[in-house]
Amino acid sequence: MIQLTDLVKDYGNLRAVDHLNFEINEGEILGFLGPNGAGKTTTIRMITCFLTPTKGNISVGDLNVLDNPIEIKKMIGYLPEHNPLYTEMTVYDYLKFTAEIRGVLNFKQRLKEVSDKCGLHGIVSKSINTLSKGYKQRVGLAQAILHDPKILILDEPTSGLDPNQIAEIRELIIELGKEKTLILCSHILQEVQAVCDRIIIINKGKVVADGSAEQLQSSFQNRMKVNLELTATPEEIQEMAAALTNISVLSAKLKGEYVQVELEFDATADRRAEIFNYVKKKKWTLLEMHRENVSLEHVFRNLTIVEGGRK
Amino acid sequence: MNLAKIIAAKELKGYFASPAAYIVLVIFLLLGGWFFASPLFLSNTSDLRSLFGIVPIIYLFFIPAVTMNLISREKSTGTLETMATFPINETQIIMGKFWASLCLIGIGLLFTLIHLITIMLLGTNIDYGAIFCGYIGLILLGALYSSIGLFTSSISNNPIVAFIISFFIVFFLFIIQYSLFFIPPFLAGFFQYISSGYHFDNISRGVIDTRNLIYFISGTALFLRLSITLLETRKWK
Repeated sequence: MIQLTDLVKDYGNLRAVDHLNFEINEGEILGFLGPNGAGKTTTIRMITCFLTPTKGNISVGDLNVLDNPIEIKKMIGYLPEHNPLYTEMTVYDYLKFTAEIRGVLNFKQRLKEVSDKCGLHGIVSKSINTLSKGYKQRVGLAQAILHDPKILILDEPTSGLDPNQIAEIRELIIELGKEKTLILCSHILQEVQAVCDRIIIINKGKVVADGSAEQLQSSFQNRMKVNLELTATPEEIQEMAAALTNISVLSAKLKGEYVQVELEFDATADRRAEIFNYVKKKKWTLLEMHRENVSLEHVFRNLTIVEGGRK
Repeated sequence: MNLAKIIAAKELKGYFASPAAYIVLVIFLLLGGWFFASPLFLSNTSDLRSLFGIVPIIYLFFIPAVTMNLISREKSTGTLETMATFPINETQIIMGKFWASLCLIGIGLLFTLIHLITIMLLGTNIDYGAIFCGYIGLILLGALYSSIGLFTSSISNNPIVAFIISFFIVFFLFIIQYSLFFIPPFLAGFFQYISSGYHFDNISRGVIDTRNLIYFISGTALFLRLSITLLETRKWK
């Protein structure tokens, strides 16, 4: 659906986007991650034809951004970062204006549908500058989906919202993602993990990871960490580790009558069954055993951190 | 509907959504009215010459004030990003805003027709041709200044800076014909030609010469073109 080929964008001497190559398939919900200044917004702005690539090309369907910007803009719904709105207008006037420019024919009906979806009822006649941030965000989203675009691009749609508003907007995004190709630009990892089928992480204008959340996590998981809580002494735990070989005890702390243990071993083989059998043989009581997943945060930090700070 | 027309309608609505447009219009009409009415019975002529004398001076403040926000505000609030990602091109954006500004000026001029009615009721031997030409001249002058205002509004993110720059440009174009004696004679012709006042005076005297029309139309087109180019360069920066 959207194909980026050798995409480069320079701002003077600064290379913001450095030979990006990837494809976004139809119907996909793509999480576009990266630290601030990684080139996310720049890439998005090139897809939406706000900026022109220095080198390379972007094609959307059969069209490309250099030759058919107007046609591409018609296909895309876009909520820019910081959600700029004409604050002196009323919500109705703003959406009406959007509809006119976008050539939406059945405005009344679309307004109703969009108001249902984005929860705009009761605020349609209000002036935008009187609205709360959460409502402004909904107005921005309504603007983006008013013409029922095939592609929806949201640049940090939940930044600056409170947890309740974030949850609401996130639900709305999941809802919208069912029927559209969606690009969600964000640096909030939980959000991307909760919503997206596929994640692309970029750093300094380059793709550093591409895959589903699980794939990214497993690629970083060469050591498996297991937490246990059982009736034994720390010394006995050390004995167990020695007996099973190649298991390291990260910690073993006595807490009341139980000991809390963190074990680590090579992820190529799952040794949890062995541990359980050993515990059973010793007749200890096992209260808890669970594997700790490598968080996406860990993946993100590993991929995007630059030693000695960002250049 | 034409896209530039949609933008123009939105901007025009925007003018009247805030008190700014009303204040500007009221000041415009108060000044125009005062300078028209006070010498009316002294000069004892039934024409609008005094009005055509003062309006270009009011324009010097009025038009930069009307145009200063048009692009700079969109840039500073970020709405330009929404606007530019609509299926619309830069020419349509600039033209829409230009028409909005010209319409507001037109509304101001429409109210000055009350002065025409006054002299129609009081005067005799009215030279309607000259008055018609005067209004044409005011519209052309308004168009030129609007395009300059749009251009400076595209330069800066700050409306005040845009106002100051466009005020200086239009003030220069206005004042230059009164300062020709400071200028070396071989340049005087050139400076006279670029002076907006010179061309406006010719038209308001009742002579619509192609030279004057070309000046206003090409000047307006030049500054509109520059504004469009400035708006487009953001893509390449």
